[in-house]
Amino acid sequence: MDDNKRPAPSLQFKTDWEYSPAPQGTGFVKIKERYELFINGKWTKPRSGKYFPSINPSSEDQLTEIAEANADDVDRAVSAARNAYEKYWRRMSGKDRSKYLYRIARMLQERSRDFAVVESMDGGKPIRESRDVDIPLAASHFFYYAGWADKLEYAFPGRSVSSLGVVGQITPWNFPLLMAAWKLAPALATGNTVVLKPAETTSITSLMLAELIQEADLPPGVVNVVTGHGGTGTALVNHPDVNKIAFTGSTEVGKIIQRAIAGTGKKLTLELGGKAANIIFEDATIDQAVEGIINGIYFNQGHVCCAGSRLFVQESVFDKVIHKLKDRMETLIMGDPLDKNTDVGAINSLKQLRKIREYLEIGVKEGGELYHTSCSIPSKGYWVAPSLFLNVSQSSRIVQEEIFGPVLAVQTFRTVNEVIKKANNTPFGLSAGVWTDKGSKIFQLTNQLRAGVVWANTFNKFDPASPFGGYKESGIGREGGLHGLSAYLNYHKII
Amino acid sequence: MSEDYRDKRLNVAPGTHVSVQKTYKLYIGGKFPRTESGRSFPVLDESGHLIANMCLGSEKDFRIAVEAARKAESGWAGQPAYTRGQILYRIAEMLEGRKYQFLDELQQTGATSEDAEHEVNASIDRLVYYAGWCDKYQQIFSTVNPVSSSHFNFSVTEPMGVVGAFAPEENGLIGLISVIAPVIGGGNAIVVLASESHPLSAISFAEVLNSSDVPGGVVNILTGRRTELIKHFSTHKDVNAMIYAGSDSADLKTIQENATENVKRVVFWKNTDWLVEDAQSPYFVMDLQEIKTTWHPIGGAFGDGSSY
Repeated sequence: MDDNKRPAPSLQFKTDWEYSPAPQGTGFVKIKERYELFINGKWTKPRSGKYFPSINPSSEDQLTEIAEANADDVDRAVSAARNAYEKYWRRMSGKDRSKYLYRIARMLQERSRDFAVVESMDGGKPIRESRDVDIPLAASHFFYYAGWADKLEYAFPGRSVSSLGVVGQITPWNFPLLMAAWKLAPALATGNTVVLKPAETTSITSLMLAELIQEADLPPGVVNVVTGHGGTGTALVNHPDVNKIAFTGSTEVGKIIQRAIAGTGKKLTLELGGKAANIIFEDATIDQAVEGIINGIYFNQGHVCCAGSRLFVQESVFDKVIHKLKDRMETLIMGDPLDKNTDVGAINSLKQLRKIREYLEIGVKEGGELYHTSCSIPSKGYWVAPSLFLNVSQSSRIVQEEIFGPVLAVQTFRTVNEVIKKANNTPFGLSAGVWTDKGSKIFQLTNQLRAGVVWANTFNKFDPASPFGGYKESGIGREGGLHGLSAYLNYHKII
Repeated sequence: MSEDYRDKRLNVAPGTHVSVQKTYKLYIGGKFPRTESGRSFPVLDESGHLIANMCLGSEKDFRIAVEAARKAESGWAGQPAYTRGQILYRIAEMLEGRKYQFLDELQQTGATSEDAEHEVNASIDRLVYYAGWCDKYQQIFSTVNPVSSSHFNFSVTEPMGVVGAFAPEENGLIGLISVIAPVIGGGNAIVVLASESHPLSAISFAEVLNSSDVPGGVVNILTGRRTELIKHFSTHKDVNAMIYAGSDSADLKTIQENATENVKRVVFWKNTDWLVEDAQSPYFVMDLQEIKTTWHPIGGAFGDGSSY
């Protein structure tokens, strides 16, 4: 009998065995009662006079309040950055810049637990992820780019390079510290100064990073952090003395930014939305593929721009994969982000919770068959049980649009060419996953998928040495690796 | 220079601390053995006082060191490049922390305080420089090759394996580090013969290595005579490459001739000034790298059903 046709055994989950709580302590964490703006190496009150709360999405408790920067504040930050650029940073040798970046990397490593705990409290992600992924990767980005600062002449054959000047960077709420590191490390290594605007729901670790940068004795004004909502970002994007904008966030906002800077001569990199195809062939190792599906869509509650939110399963193994997938989903532990057993944490904000719920309704209305796990939902906080939709079509909105939550849309295919066409049939092109034992098939897919990153028999892998970024409406430019340097440099002909 | 130092040595007034002299030994396989030969050679300060008896390393010491290097080499090459980078950076941290010991040693053998400071600082910076290259030279020197057939074809760098080296004779510290750092940064293991005339800081540097998470055997440091060991370094069949950082053309010729024994790669680094930044580059790393090319079919060229 064909192994693929044999019904997989069902697993029993109803037992008396429960995981004991394994909570991460928070006693050692120092979150200030109020955070000011970090401008020119100092903490300064906002001209707006306004502060907004930062909420723990798993308990709805207020963690702190944060200054709202207005256009005046942004102007002060940009001037500080310009001044630091002219006075210190552009004049400093690459060797010396590298030493400052190494310091930041080391200090982040030293204080990794503080940052991990706050990241989970502020953003809702499981402590296991912030501890094992976000913070170590953030440190390694600084370490990696530190090494480039004095080696730029080797990176671009036939060209000499120079820094751009003042860079405005706007980061998202899904990987707050990590995205700040992805942006700051290459910008600083290449000799630019920065005004960073973190997402309003998750600013705390960026502000802690500012404290750390202060302790590392970077010259004042090299890094400035202005917190606030969309208006703060708009002021930064529109500031005439900013040479470049680097943005990670939604495609919608990315387009607004692209339009806003059109004709200004500002440089731009965008890391936008995605709707990654995760493709399972019949010759794949199914158990590993199922792990890849789970990791692809439920990692960080699906708040991942490269999440494998569209699953394509070859018809011959469809029943087997879905059966195993549902079984595996049922084992996911959802709850307190600070519990070390937790697999799925809280949705980042009430706004995002509403958006995901809206998409769940849309999916059902469009005829999708919704399945979600039976895990219990905590009484407080923002939660969505890991979910998937069967019976969806290429034109379904939940197949075409980015949900940014733990919601998987499942489709089937028969041939390689068919799945390539289906996978490419969205406006996005950030990432894709391929699961097969056949190497030639992997390379055929990497050749033909219109995506910036293709994971073969793995998913959601990140490394400072590896470029990341999208095709089509998923963005412009790359972050990470050698290619990530070019976003922050001008090229010149060697005379 | 050593006025203070001599005064210190000769200060035998009652109640003063009588200094404990360090025994300078070899560094092999992460341990500090004496030479199996039991021989030594003296290092004197400028006025002829004995500073230390260095081990006069023998053929057997060298053979043991090669064995240790071979044992360590695959594990070291298998470490993530990022980890190697962090370990090289750690060496820099340790050297910075023990800076004064090195300043002192360099001055004992005749350096002015300014020169010593310059050499130690440059040594620290050189380690940081190569720490940065550990996970980057591959990105510059590896290629994806656009072959005409339907194949994914790529060439990557791979460490040669066990490297023997004669460190530069002048500048006992930065010369040694300039040889070691690009070799191990590229994932090789090394057996290096320290400067004959400035060997002190080589063994103290071994102590730095030994406290820097460098796995034992990745770096092995011998002291001794070039004339005695040149034959053994260059003929040993389990040494993949040999670096000669010197200027004696007769020595170089001997090495090149002996290397034919196992087609050893001979790398000649004729830098006269190891203190300047020109004495560092990723090409030093690449001198100890092989290139490996892989061919892999791409499906689809003959329809959906490639059989590979």
